[in-house]
Amino acid sequence: MAQQLHVELVAVEEKVWSGEAEMVVARTTEGELGVLAGHAPLLGQLAEPGQVRIKQAGGEQIVYDIAGGFLSVTGEGVTVLAESATPATPAR
Amino acid sequence: MAAQVRVLRQRIRSAKGMKKITKAMELVATSRIAKAQARVEASLPYAQAITGVLTALASNARIDHPLLTPRERVRRAGVLLVTADRGLAGGYSSNAIKTAESLVARLRADGKEPVLYVIGRKGLSFFRFRDRPMEANWTGFSEQPTFADARTVGETLIKAFSAGADDVDGDPGPDGTRGIDELHIVYTEFKSLMTQIPVAKVIGPMQVEDRPRSEGALPAYEFEPEAEALLDALLPKYINTRIYAALLESAASESAARRRAMKSATDNAEEMIEKYTREMNSARQAGITQEISEIVGGANALAASGSEV
Repeated sequence: MAQQLHVELVAVEEKVWSGEAEMVVARTTEGELGVLAGHAPLLGQLAEPGQVRIKQAGGEQIVYDIAGGFLSVTGEGVTVLAESATPATPAR
Repeated sequence: MAAQVRVLRQRIRSAKGMKKITKAMELVATSRIAKAQARVEASLPYAQAITGVLTALASNARIDHPLLTPRERVRRAGVLLVTADRGLAGGYSSNAIKTAESLVARLRADGKEPVLYVIGRKGLSFFRFRDRPMEANWTGFSEQPTFADARTVGETLIKAFSAGADDVDGDPGPDGTRGIDELHIVYTEFKSLMTQIPVAKVIGPMQVEDRPRSEGALPAYEFEPEAEALLDALLPKYINTRIYAALLESAASESAARRRAMKSATDNAEEMIEKYTREMNSARQAGITQEISEIVGGANALAASGSEV
């Protein structure tokens, strides 16, 4: 099993989601990006409008639509900051 | 006598009606405090995260950003004042206004021209009544502010702040608008249910709070896009977050102040009802006593006259 990664998704008015995941996929202004456990520290601005996909162990995937978002990767995990985050309609 | 009893009874009835209203408002305010506190709580993770990100950014890259560097000469200073939309909250709004007024006086003494930005109908009517110019004002969300409200306010302020960069003495400068060189915010801090204190703080130029205590342990970040562009995007959001936090805390304070005011009004109504009830009872008793003594007096007089005959 792949190493787990602690993910927090926080919007301005509330914490939206937090938990363990295998991978976080987001698109910054520079391009699409996938973060696995042990990724180098990174700060990125997310593209507008953007989607963040959180892939959990077992292949489940959580998708959020993000506006005004930032991505911060540190040794402890991944934090996605957003002005607003809404669950995306499931598109497989 | 009977007339006095009737008047007192009417007074008791109106005091009871008043008590019902203030009690209802007290209950509403109480539930609003809890809600406002929950929202303050809910906004904390984002505030902490964005502060952490900014700190990381500021300590990884030495950047001069107009929102971070103090201006050499401060000509105009913006004051954002947060008050309530409705009254019946004790001294809540007037205390905030008083704090803003002393800040304005201090700015004037320092040779700066204060520029007012007002949130809330109470502050608005205060300055409008006194014919004092306001640069901008917003109303309608003092009790339940959303982030969208904070963003509207923040955008106006940030625009004014950036426009102030090129102002020359009394002249709007190349961009044609007179901006501000400093930004203060006056809001009411929620200390506890019993204490709310109006405070004045500087939010522009900004000092990034909570510098990391353990220097050196910070990881070397990669930036996407460049650190400068990132800071450009992040700083306005940070200011909006600060304003949002101030609005939320003010909303909690407003409800707490209102609850306290309504509680003392309810207590007061209770006291009045008690007092009037006592008065009414003694008036009624006096009436009865008088009637009895009249009857007894009449009977005695009859008896006296009968025995004579």
